[in-house]
Amino acid sequence: MGKSLFQKVWESHTVGTLADGRTQLFIGTHLIHEVTSPQAFGMLRDLGLSVKYPQRTFATVDHIVPTENQDAPQDPLAAEMMVALQKNAEDFGITYFDLASGKQGIVHVVGPEQGITQPGTTIACGDSHTATHGAFGAIAFGIGTTQVRDVFATQTLALSALKVRRIEVNGNLRPGVYAKDVILDIIRRLGAKGGIGYAYEYAGDVFDRMSMEERMTVCNMSVEGGARCGYVNPDAKTIAYLSGRPYVDMSDFDATAARWLSFASDPDAEYDDIVRIDAAEIEPTVTWGISPDHGIAISQDIPDPAKAQTEGEKASIEEALAYMKLPGGIPIKGVKIDVAFIGSCTNGRLSDFREVAKYIRGHRVADGVKAIVVPGSQIVAVQAEKEGLDQIFRDAGFEWRGAGCSMCLAMNPDKLVGDQLCASSSNRNFKGRQGSPTGRTVLMSPLMVAAAAINGCISDARELFELEPEAAVA
Amino acid sequence: MPLDPVTQVSGRAIFIPGADIDTDRIIPARFMKCVTFDGLGEFAFYDVRFDEHGNKTNHPLNDPRFDGASILVAGLNFGCGSSREHAPQSLRKYGFNGVIAQSFAEIFFGNSTGLAMPCVVASAADIDALRAAIEADPKVEVTIDVDQLKVRTSGGLEIPVTMPDSARDALVSGRWDPIQELLDNESAIEKKAAELHYV
Ligand code: SF4
Repeated sequence: MGKSLFQKVWESHTVGTLADGRTQLFIGTHLIHEVTSPQAFGMLRDLGLSVKYPQRTFATVDHIVPTENQDAPQDPLAAEMMVALQKNAEDFGITYFDLASGKQGIVHVVGPEQGITQPGTTIACGDSHTATHGAFGAIAFGIGTTQVRDVFATQTLALSALKVRRIEVNGNLRPGVYAKDVILDIIRRLGAKGGIGYAYEYAGDVFDRMSMEERMTVCNMSVEGGARCGYVNPDAKTIAYLSGRPYVDMSDFDATAARWLSFASDPDAEYDDIVRIDAAEIEPTVTWGISPDHGIAISQDIPDPAKAQTEGEKASIEEALAYMKLPGGIPIKGVKIDVAFIGSCTNGRLSDFREVAKYIRGHRVADGVKAIVVPGSQIVAVQAEKEGLDQIFRDAGFEWRGAGCSMCLAMNPDKLVGDQLCASSSNRNFKGRQGSPTGRTVLMSPLMVAAAAINGCISDARELFELEPEAAVA
Repeated sequence: MPLDPVTQVSGRAIFIPGADIDTDRIIPARFMKCVTFDGLGEFAFYDVRFDEHGNKTNHPLNDPRFDGASILVAGLNFGCGSSREHAPQSLRKYGFNGVIAQSFAEIFFGNSTGLAMPCVVASAADIDALRAAIEADPKVEVTIDVDQLKVRTSGGLEIPVTMPDSARDALVSGRWDPIQELLDNESAIEKKAAELHYV
């Protein structure tokens, strides 16, 4: 019987079995940022321990960075966190991609960009969207701060193996349907809790055809579906993407590539569950509520609590609609927006900006809408500016910012105010997520955010940008 | 490094309604701008305990009948969302010693076990019964018996609960913080590190 990638990586990184039955798993690569690491460094110092393999940890600063002027955090607490990271990195000999490095950015953009993220590896980070790195065929997951301490001290974690669910999406996506729609659709079908206890293996035509950046968008939101990690098996695209990146050893690269590919799931691998989805059924998808599985196709109506099947469902729809200040049973298309945000570790990469820039020329952001575009890293920013994408966005009335997490969460100056409604390319629509306790988030693909910004309301990008049916998308 | 075994925790309980209580709700991100976990307690559930003017809402945590409750009772998928350990840390510092829910998000669950805060799962019907018991008599003492996997109230209610064996063993044997055992395996770690082809 063959093995899945998950099993192969898990077995090759197992140090031993602990007394409580859990596995002691070696963590090959550890990523840290300013929010969840300082307390772990504190615990390490309290215990008189050191970082065992400092060369296996990489740091960057992302959550608290102001994006209007990266270098000037006005907030003394933010400045303190930045100083703490700098000091901790120096004290323990950890590589730190700081603001001056030209390589700073959201940790989940930086890892792949630098070639730190590699197939067949284990990656942990004190951040739930570490799942992103699974796009490369790594087993990558978020951990708590005490576990960050464990990785520092021992480069290992005490963990229980996950089950593996293979999610196959076959056929062709329709024009205007993006990686973001695929993952929002999967979460909508399987639920925000559907993946608890599982790793998601994304397979089939659609993922085979996706670029690495699109695969990252999908794997990123595995955690919104309850799965601790998600991955795509490594293939020729994975290798082409990594070839020549700073942290990829190019001596004997053929052997490296062959080893990477050997981690891919065997054709006769056994899975705990298999889900099959027809790509043609997936529509541009938006959320209407306060959980990432509150998703509907853009052509659909907001759920009507009166039509709920159970009392529990009715109560949950009512709670979500009360928070969203939206009536049930009306089309989602046409709901007015106040803010538009393109960025985050889900959709803040070069291909996201290129795709939107293709369509927005000649359009203008609607009056009264604040629209911001935030590159995921300094490298993405520089490259986009080289290609003139920043100017295309500015001409259309968007603000072009510096790299960081920005309006994905409320730890820097980019925040919603009052009950503003934000069309957002990020990954979470929880209550208060974007910085105002009453702020409202509607998740969607970057092109759908652009369409909402231009129309001033939630829109079908296919109509606004007259997407041709034959303009097939990967 | 011997740690105290956690075989049971007891105290008065409070029911917090709603499914999918995410970690942003438990501790809003703006309170995470800190370099230590001290002081997080006062911000637990901040945005549901206070309105935008800083006035107390009618959230159960503001109900004086439940003052001092140390056992939290909740619905489905408690602790979903961000991996922030700030969430269980803030609950711990607020004064909670254990959580009973219909289900938990995994990272939250793991983080909580590591803080010696047991999280046990009960059926919807049993959660309802527990809720009724607490609301009928907020003074009722609730015990999470980690060893026996039962929740009991001083009013005589007893419900079965579940918890993965690994977490239960870790708690009752005082190994809920795995650091020492991880450190002990140093030579096996070094052997594994030498075997891997990267870094
Ligand atoms: S962009 Fe958002 S989800 Fe991604 S790491 Fe930053 S805050 Fe987390």
